[in-house]
Amino acid sequence: MRIAFKLFASLSDYLPAGSRDNRIDLDVDEGVSVAELIRRYEVPERNAHLVLVNGLFIPPAERSRRRLQEGDEVAVWPPIAGG
Amino acid sequence: MGWNRKILRVDLTSGTCSEEPLNMEWAQEYLGSRGLATKYLVSEIDPRVDPLSPDNKMIMATGPLTGTMASTGGRYTVVTKGPLTGAIACSNSGGFFGAEMKFAGWDMIIFEGRAPKPVYLHVENDRAELRDASHLWGKSCWETEETIKHELQDPLVRISSIGRAGENQVYYACIVNDLHRAAGRSGVGAVMGSKNLKAVALRGTKGVSGIRDFGAFMQATNAAKKVLADNAVTGQGLPKYGTQVLMNVINEIGALPTRNHRDVQFEDAGKISAEAMHEKRPTDGKPHLVTNAACFGCTIACGRISEIDKGHFTVKNNPKYWGASGGLEYEAAWALGAANGVGDLEALQYANLLCNEQGMDPISFGATVGAAMELYEMGVLTKEQIGLETPFGSAQALARLAEMTALGEGFGKEIGLGSKRLCTKYGHPELSMTVKGQEFPAYDSRGIQGMGLAYATSNRGACHLRGYTVASEVLGIPVKTDPHVTEGKAELVKAFQDATAVFDSAGICVFTSFAWTLADVQPQLAAACEGEWSMDKLNEVGERIWNMERQFNNAAGFTAKDDNLPPRLTSEPAKTGPAKGMVNHLDRMLPEYYQVRGWTPDGVPKPETLSRLGL
Repeated sequence: MRIAFKLFASLSDYLPAGSRDNRIDLDVDEGVSVAELIRRYEVPERNAHLVLVNGLFIPPAERSRRRLQEGDEVAVWPPIAGG
Repeated sequence: MGWNRKILRVDLTSGTCSEEPLNMEWAQEYLGSRGLATKYLVSEIDPRVDPLSPDNKMIMATGPLTGTMASTGGRYTVVTKGPLTGAIACSNSGGFFGAEMKFAGWDMIIFEGRAPKPVYLHVENDRAELRDASHLWGKSCWETEETIKHELQDPLVRISSIGRAGENQVYYACIVNDLHRAAGRSGVGAVMGSKNLKAVALRGTKGVSGIRDFGAFMQATNAAKKVLADNAVTGQGLPKYGTQVLMNVINEIGALPTRNHRDVQFEDAGKISAEAMHEKRPTDGKPHLVTNAACFGCTIACGRISEIDKGHFTVKNNPKYWGASGGLEYEAAWALGAANGVGDLEALQYANLLCNEQGMDPISFGATVGAAMELYEMGVLTKEQIGLETPFGSAQALARLAEMTALGEGFGKEIGLGSKRLCTKYGHPELSMTVKGQEFPAYDSRGIQGMGLAYATSNRGACHLRGYTVASEVLGIPVKTDPHVTEGKAELVKAFQDATAVFDSAGICVFTSFAWTLADVQPQLAAACEGEWSMDKLNEVGERIWNMERQFNNAAGFTAKDDNLPPRLTSEPAKTGPAKGMVNHLDRMLPEYYQVRGWTPDGVPKPETLSRLGL
């Protein structure tokens, strides 16, 4: 199934070459979890601070249970703030 | 003791400067800067005064930590009655001006009356005098700084000034110091312009003396600096990416106000983000961002210094703007960009430079352009009226309107009215995205419910810096809460509002609160200031300041009806993103907020609340 994986700020270094606009579109197996996807790209767990799926926050404890679905967009940030 | 115990009072009408002791009883109750200056203001002016009349006063104030070893201790505040809102105005700035005021031996400067002709105030330690500024009138903030430094033959003098916008009394004119830091919101620059006060030039060589317990202070400030350095946000994220890193976050959660809040997501958010600032431009191979920068005493250094593309249409024939200069920050990038549907980073920086150069708040300016663009697309405003085509997304219109507004030309005068007056004038007050007449910053409260309450109840009109629940609702600081629910938001907003009043009044930057809590500030204040500064006392001081500001606004004529949001946010559901279908439910939160505050259902502090707070 097709999903989008987005890494922002300092995490953009973990995206493979050829990614554009902090994003890569991927084919992944059915049932892959948010945590597995993050691990696959070797993003350190402590840096995966803000994890959104389709814009909704996924708390750390739910990232292993949350299975991705066709068309999902996963976006990840390290600890950041602004204002 | 933290304070210099000395106020400079400047009577612009008579042209005199006089020294008076700081009211130390008030300092114990209101701390400094925002709190203490507001106490002076509300004690000295009629709340119903015309903000642009000589009877209004304007106070520039430092806090007890300003100028000290405390990290970010460079802040100063301008407090007055604001012309944009008619409410209390309290605008805070970094840079180096605040610390210099402290080094010159003053805690605050109170300006009253109106000078018969343009003047500027020159302060060199104890000596203060008003000088003729006829030759400066008509100059930009940048030219004013350069000219004063040249004529004083002192490159180290620190200057706050107004540009053409302040002179022309643009309702959201700001006061610019150190070229690109600003007391930005609510039109404090227009008040300064109404007083014929062009600039304040300070030189202080006294340093800061009188810290109550110097050893304990060094220990407390060092410990607090380590907290900032070890925190991933203040130690790494903000210095590298600045505030603009929020652009993609807020867009992703569907709370990025776009095209005058018609939409909540901007298709070009990535092009105007912090990440884009780091990317090399295809035109000249250089990134927009040159370096980060810090204000006085700051160990975070979130500031942005950028260089515009010299070949861009906005500047290709104008080398004045080719050098590295301040910006972009998140709020400016949003207001000049997403709020107008403009995704041209160089055009945003050009408009931002004009705001810095001539002293305009880019949030209110950009948001007002957004309202004008909507009126144009509706056919209410025409090309003939504005002088150019002004559809959403037009970088040309943004750039030209910035020039016209900054210089007070043509339709720029109308943009200078602000969104509320503009939309009302053209028959569509409902399209003004404001609270109490002040334009929203960069968070749509349909997707971040608590911010709707924070905006509606902010004492200076729509503002993110009075209660930044985004920290909790989106970023998880100090704890993550759900942005889509209203439960618990009344308490959350109150807690943020009261704590922020303490950070502001101490003379430090509110960005420290991404890593610090009041428990980190308390030991620094306790070591610096005489008196007992416990956590309980700080919490009470914050609440006291909030209620004092509220009382001023109530006396100025505001009521619970003004604790409101534009109908677009409470009746037009978000069209896309995770908040699709949602509106802001202010009606659910506001009664609870009044209750938590100890106010009547009409939003008036109850006698027992006032008594408890000593008001």
